[in-house]
Amino acid sequence: MSSVIASSVEEHHPGPQTQERGQRAVFCGLTSIIWLHRRIQDAFFLVVGSRTCAHLIQSAAGVMIFAEPRFATAILSERDLAGMADCHEELDRVVGELISRRGGINRLFLVGSCPSEVIKLDLETAAAKLQVKHENRVRISAFSGSGIETTFTQGEDQCLKSTVAELPSLASGEQNLIVLGTVSDIVEDQFRRLFDDLGIGNVSFYPGRKAGDLPAVGEGTRVIAAQPFVGETARALIDRGADLISAPFPLGAEGSKSWFEAVASVYDVPQERVQQILELPYQRAKRALAPHRAKLEGKRVHFLPDSQLEIPMARFLSEECGLEVSEIGTPFHDQLVMQGELARLAKDVSIVEGQDLDPALARVRESRPDLTVCGMGIANALESEGLRTKWSIELVFSPVQGFDQAGDLAALFAKPLVRQDILEVGSWS
Amino acid sequence: MELTLWTYEGPPHVGAIRVAASMRDVHLMLHSPQGDTYADLLFTMIERDGKRPPVTYTTFQARDLGSSTAEMVLHSLREAAERFKPQVLMVADSCTAELIQDQPGALALGANLPVPVISLEMAAYTRKENWGAAETFYQLVRGLLSRQAPPPGSERPSRAADVRPSVNLLGPTKLGFRCRDDVVEIERLLTSMGVDVNVVAPLGASPRDLQLIPKADANVNLCPEVSDLTCSWLARTFGMPTITTIPMGWGATRDFITEVASVLGLDIDVDAVGESRLPWYSRSIDSTYLTGKRVFVFADGSHAVAAARVARDEMGFEVVGLGTYSRERARDVRAAAKEYGLEALITDNYLEVEARVQELQPEMVLGTQMERHIAKRLGIPCAVISTPAHVQDYPARYSPQMGFEGANVLFDTWVHPLIMGLEEHLLHMFRDDFEFNDSVGPSHLGSEGEGARSTGQSAGGQPDGDKTLVWAFDAEKELKKIPFFVRGKARRNTERFAEEQGLSTIEVDTLYDAKAHFSN
Repeated sequence: MSSVIASSVEEHHPGPQTQERGQRAVFCGLTSIIWLHRRIQDAFFLVVGSRTCAHLIQSAAGVMIFAEPRFATAILSERDLAGMADCHEELDRVVGELISRRGGINRLFLVGSCPSEVIKLDLETAAAKLQVKHENRVRISAFSGSGIETTFTQGEDQCLKSTVAELPSLASGEQNLIVLGTVSDIVEDQFRRLFDDLGIGNVSFYPGRKAGDLPAVGEGTRVIAAQPFVGETARALIDRGADLISAPFPLGAEGSKSWFEAVASVYDVPQERVQQILELPYQRAKRALAPHRAKLEGKRVHFLPDSQLEIPMARFLSEECGLEVSEIGTPFHDQLVMQGELARLAKDVSIVEGQDLDPALARVRESRPDLTVCGMGIANALESEGLRTKWSIELVFSPVQGFDQAGDLAALFAKPLVRQDILEVGSWS
Repeated sequence: MELTLWTYEGPPHVGAIRVAASMRDVHLMLHSPQGDTYADLLFTMIERDGKRPPVTYTTFQARDLGSSTAEMVLHSLREAAERFKPQVLMVADSCTAELIQDQPGALALGANLPVPVISLEMAAYTRKENWGAAETFYQLVRGLLSRQAPPPGSERPSRAADVRPSVNLLGPTKLGFRCRDDVVEIERLLTSMGVDVNVVAPLGASPRDLQLIPKADANVNLCPEVSDLTCSWLARTFGMPTITTIPMGWGATRDFITEVASVLGLDIDVDAVGESRLPWYSRSIDSTYLTGKRVFVFADGSHAVAAARVARDEMGFEVVGLGTYSRERARDVRAAAKEYGLEALITDNYLEVEARVQELQPEMVLGTQMERHIAKRLGIPCAVISTPAHVQDYPARYSPQMGFEGANVLFDTWVHPLIMGLEEHLLHMFRDDFEFNDSVGPSHLGSEGEGARSTGQSAGGQPDGDKTLVWAFDAEKELKKIPFFVRGKARRNTERFAEEQGLSTIEVDTLYDAKAHFSN
């Protein structure tokens, strides 16, 4: 059993790395439900929590997208808090109600929240009991998306990790590739075409479009992360025999190229063939990037912690768009999946893990970067102080991975700067 | 445990944040887990606030539980007092913090902070956002004013002859519905009556302003969801009368003027104070088509009751449903519904509201952001009249709901989603024209007409409970000659009529029999 397939690049960021503790202006893991329920089309996410949880999800989603979404909250009341036995009966009733309402649901996730964890409501046991009751109808399991356990995108990691034990075993002698982390359908389709062209078969995207799309895992499994927030799931897959391929994330032309090259090299696809197949999409990505690079080059960008995408995005912006990175704030820095990125960052870039909001904002105000990448709660506040921002949740919601999204990704960062040049109202200074 | 898809109100601590964010020189220390900071974006994104709300969150995580959460409270309190130097520091728990019982209020009071502390109990598992806002405002006002209170039973001195009459406007907050503009409009109205506005709170007030509240002659309970509790405490403690009419709509604005005049002992000619275009616009023949339009109203308590009155008495609509998500206001809404011969719908379950709208098939919905979604899905015209609202309901333009200009705004906003009178008339005239395109929606609404069209065709698609009812070919053809925007109603009425008559096939005559039957 091996773990990480050795990477040819230096493994650690040599630059300044600090940890900060204090007020954290980040979402909790429940927010992951917003994209997970869109990705896994026959899954339902039932948060067991408070009115705050329900309010968070609908507020973070921005608008009510669907008349009846595939997520809901079982809101705990005073009565539930009085006695635990009651809680399980209540959950039983709520799940029964839900299952009879929603015919097309094949998978139900009970999602733990801060209040359910503080009162030690055991959702895993509850899920197991409910499974017996609803056997043959719907698969039921639990994971935690609570703010006390998870930060924003870690919710997806917990969700995926909770299903690893269910993955079938890969027969010995067989090989497969797992692309780990939610990507949009269009990105999956593009990636599949390239893997086909490279002659790499038996590729699974995890999570898949259907809850039942569970890839097999075993000694012949290679895993490559498409998103940075899958560290714990990657470890769980490694524990089941898989090898993790180390690579930068498939963001931008260079990131995507290195990502595919890393996979191809593990599969011993001849160099020449790899270059031949990747050349066309690579050049197309470069062409799409060029106009945005002209806008972004020489500008300074500052990341406040949000989604764990900060390090790869900083790499993309510095390496491919010519920006200078003044600080990378990240909520959580998992070295396991970040190795391929760190070596490509400038040596003196400061990485700050965790957060203490007010001092972090003070640093932004002092350094006055051209662009600050931050959460929605902060962006307008900085804009009103004359700083340009890119609100970061869009980086998680939009299809940004792969060659053919490289231009779109750069455009997300360029747009606030373009807007600054266009507008002839008010003052940005 | 209650299964909830969408929630009309946030938790009570969001109400506390609304009060804090509305005011100047206050700060709220909220003991809360990581993630609760999402509330910031309600203000920065929905209301487009240019600054974060004045809140420090402890954002504890699992590793802090059991050992250091109380220290985090003290640390956050000291940092907040030091950094923001507020006149008052409020302290509250969010839902999770309430469970771990660190008692941040008690910690703050014992921490020797260089700032007065107001401790709030938010009751996260029984209460909701508006209650939280009301409770916060009340605790703040009580905390700042109770030392000024005259001995119980003392007579309130009457206003000296040389002092201009004045009132306080209580209740408007950030994330309230059009509060920003309503305050301007009502201040304008009062000024034209010769009445000064002493304090507006919470919106724009500082704690020092709150201390001036007793100087006014009366309190206007402008947003009872937030200010009821405070107004009644001020009435009990300082003998300050409360003005309770919500000046929404032409008639209610006049009633408000009359009430203010009577409470303050002023001699005022209502007609001289101001005028709205609503009465004439509503009497103009173009508005004839509004007559008897069936309207469903669902909102917070005060907006629901006020909108129902405007809908019936000032627009000439028929109110076919009235309800609220606010249990605290249920009594008022039930009483109002009775006047319209209705049973009020009191629920915070979005699905129940949707089912009621579906059942009633109104021609228009006046509701919240939630009802806007319901109406859009069902293809029914809709105007938003209350929170919860989304970013488009915080418009750049001056757009009050209250006062005489507010009445103008209501007329325009409610008429806009409907097909205009003359247009409806022309559609009738030209419906047999081969060039007439049946799929045309209201000409001024672009793609939104899409929805209106689909109602026409699908509203009565399946007769309730009896799937054996058949439309004869000719009858179906005849039905198609009826303009699409009333076709759904015609289909539904005909099917109901046929069922009542025990018919299994609908002929052309059935259609017209039904038309005669329902034409009253």
